[in-house]
Amino acid sequence: MRVERKIVHKERPVLSEEAKAEIQKVISYYPEGKKKSAILRTLFIVQREAGGWLSADTMDMVAEILEITPIEVYEVATFYTMFKLEPVGQYVLEFCHTGPCMLVGSDQLIKYTEEKLGIKVGETTPDGMFTIKVAECLGACGYGPMLQCGKHYHEHLTPEKMDEFLEACRRGEVKTN
Amino acid sequence: MGRKLLLEHINVPGIETFDVYRKHGGYASVEKALKTMAPEEVVEEVKKSGLRGRGGAGFPTGLKWSFIAKPEGVERHLLCNADESEPGTFKDRYLMQYIPHLLIEGMIVSSYALGANLSYIYIRGEYMFVLDILEKAIAEAYEKGFLGKNILGTGYDLDLRVSPGAGAYICGEETALIESLEGKRGNPRIKPPFPAVKGLWGRPTVVNNVESIATVVPIINMGADEYAKIGTEQSHGTKLISACGNVERPGVYEIELGMSVEEFIYGDDWCRGIKNGKKLKALIPGGSSVPILPHYLITKTAKGETRYMSYESLSDGGFATGSMLGSGGFIVFDEDQCIVRNTWNFARFYAHESCGQCSPCREGTGWMDKVLHRLEHGKGQMRDIDLLEKVNKRIEGNTICPLGDAAAWPVAAAIRHFREEFEWHVTNPEEAQKHNFGLAKEVTFS
Repeated sequence: MRVERKIVHKERPVLSEEAKAEIQKVISYYPEGKKKSAILRTLFIVQREAGGWLSADTMDMVAEILEITPIEVYEVATFYTMFKLEPVGQYVLEFCHTGPCMLVGSDQLIKYTEEKLGIKVGETTPDGMFTIKVAECLGACGYGPMLQCGKHYHEHLTPEKMDEFLEACRRGEVKTN
Repeated sequence: MGRKLLLEHINVPGIETFDVYRKHGGYASVEKALKTMAPEEVVEEVKKSGLRGRGGAGFPTGLKWSFIAKPEGVERHLLCNADESEPGTFKDRYLMQYIPHLLIEGMIVSSYALGANLSYIYIRGEYMFVLDILEKAIAEAYEKGFLGKNILGTGYDLDLRVSPGAGAYICGEETALIESLEGKRGNPRIKPPFPAVKGLWGRPTVVNNVESIATVVPIINMGADEYAKIGTEQSHGTKLISACGNVERPGVYEIELGMSVEEFIYGDDWCRGIKNGKKLKALIPGGSSVPILPHYLITKTAKGETRYMSYESLSDGGFATGSMLGSGGFIVFDEDQCIVRNTWNFARFYAHESCGQCSPCREGTGWMDKVLHRLEHGKGQMRDIDLLEKVNKRIEGNTICPLGDAAAWPVAAAIRHFREEFEWHVTNPEEAQKHNFGLAKEVTFS
């Protein structure tokens, strides 16, 4: 992607045994000597473990795991939009704002959410709870407006459903993984 | 309603599980192909069926398969393109989410045909919840002996894995997909060499769309001759159409190719017309990259003939008065929608998704985004419209991969059919902020 992205420093996370096993399993999906192919999935696992974003130090750790150079990780992490290179809120709300969602009111819903949370797209609420982002077509064109939060899609949204969703997040009832 | 070959059992409770799927005839094509057919016969059958790639380009699948190189001692791979990212397209997700075993079954038969022993489904990272569903289904297939070593005692081995992307439209282009699977940025490769000769890890590789691979299942089950009877002379079989925008009932539908566009938009079994009884303003029939059609070219061609849902009828009239079936991403616009705003929206999409490798695309998509932004926001001038056309021509055909064309075509088509609406944005900038231009003036063709 051509968006300018900077790399931020923060010490690497300590991976859980579960995450380590998951990474080894993912590596086993590719032939001997092709460990690098596991990079995207490894980055997803590590990003999850590191609080939703990747610091330079975390990426260095991935380079060590996959036995590649750090620059190979940086160039990948900066290319794909699902990797976050700066701290984000606990719930990252990624609204699809491409054509088909726009036709059914994504612009209005994004505006509504911005006003509701008192932040703009790209910002995080002061309590660190929510980050609003926009995404290009998420493949839910018939079910818009919609957003992705973590691993899950929330579709057919309206202002009322948005209110309920935010409340559910605050109550800790929304699954992100 | 027409015949359903892919979605026939989609509403059966539990169809996502191996047992229920098997009970409804699932995995029959694996038995038939592996036990009674040679790999070349499977390729021949798919060739004969006339199946055209369902991802958007429409290249004959069997022909693509026949190109695969077979050097001694080199492994071959089949990759399933599940990177579905073309705006308006959400059919592959529907298929994978609700009937994952159909794709797995198709992957086994297709891998067998190509002589691949390790195949991947490359799925867009945003569909991580679908990846979970696929992996669960794959684990079942391993357990039941349909994947792994010596499948059904035939001596054929196949490992099937799912590999995610991480948010990049460009990875739907097959060489970018391969780069991504190798753990790199998704920059498309210069062709030749084609993937059939040098693909994943330098080995012969075939990349096929989810729906194409799933369609191999009914083709093998019913035989190519029977399959080819469905549809029209040039468009065989059924196609998944994902309908969205301002229709009463958006969603994924399986149609027999050759039904009329009018029936699909207004029919009770399909989209049920324009939402809230509004008028139809425009249609993009095959995903955001294909030309937009104004209301008077949707149900009828320029020659006044009925327009059908088929490769040949949707492209009737070429780019001047036609469009393309593309991926089947069917985007409907009602009379309240602004074409300039939508064109800008898609231009922004392509500018965001350009990998940046070729300057015509990297710079050109950014220019189109900027110029369309100012036209939409009341700051445009007449010469901007001509400028768009110029930028357009300089992108088209001048890039390594088709993303450049995909970015250029929608803008060109919008200006071709809705020039008056663009000009109105320049001459009435304040009004254009408040209300919509309305329908395009009908053009008669002699």
